[in-house]
Amino acid sequence: MNRRRRELVKTGSGMGLLALLAAAGWLKPDAAHAQAWNKAAFETHNMTETMKALGGGEPAQSKDIVFFQTPDIAENGAVVPIGIASNIPKTDSIAILIEKNPNMLAATFDIPAGTEPTISTRVKMGQTSNIYALVKADGKYYVASKEVKVTLGGCGG
Amino acid sequence: MADPMKIRANLVGDSTEVKVLMNHEMETGQRKDAQGKTIPAWFIQSVSATCNDKTVLSAQWGPAVSKNPFLSFKFKGGAKGDKVVITWVDSRGDKRTDEATIA
Repeated sequence: MNRRRRELVKTGSGMGLLALLAAAGWLKPDAAHAQAWNKAAFETHNMTETMKALGGGEPAQSKDIVFFQTPDIAENGAVVPIGIASNIPKTDSIAILIEKNPNMLAATFDIPAGTEPTISTRVKMGQTSNIYALVKADGKYYVASKEVKVTLGGCGG
Repeated sequence: MADPMKIRANLVGDSTEVKVLMNHEMETGQRKDAQGKTIPAWFIQSVSATCNDKTVLSAQWGPAVSKNPFLSFKFKGGAKGDKVVITWVDSRGDKRTDEATIA
């Protein structure tokens, strides 16, 4: 615990204290600074928990979220390219969730005005799983999914 | 100090396309070493990109992002010669900031 505290303090520049308060449970995570790492959300194991940690309700299925550069079959689970584009107006953030990973949430991206809601990155996948693209637009959550088959897992070793 | 990032920023039409390749182990905390001890997690937790002091992207990552992470995004409002500055902070509190000029 003490080591974690030191790490949080070192994260520094005023964010440290907020992170520490959040870790100690004095502040709810969503009340802390937006930049503080959302530890609770990154430790969730299913969609319901993740949505709760992100502070949203049940997401609506959407056909306006498109996967690109995302393979149907990934040979190496350690490096799976994921591209997500949202055609929903006022997209605020995009999150990548991988259903069967030890922790479901892989990454979240905040999209300020002027930035296109199109993100591409690479993630690790432990096994064949559905990938969810969770989009927050105008206060509402939308989701789209795609199955990626993995022939060689990228977690554990 | 961590190794530098490779950043490319190109003007395509009226938007700037940014591609970043970071050097980081992104250790998940799930793997075990030869002695069976768990290797502690060590990964980039937050990334932010700014152009002309305006934030163009901020992200929070978990350990599921690949080793030596790649990131690409597009934003409007950049001009040739402007600088794109990218900063990451990892779970040990290490930081790295690099910049590139829009071409």
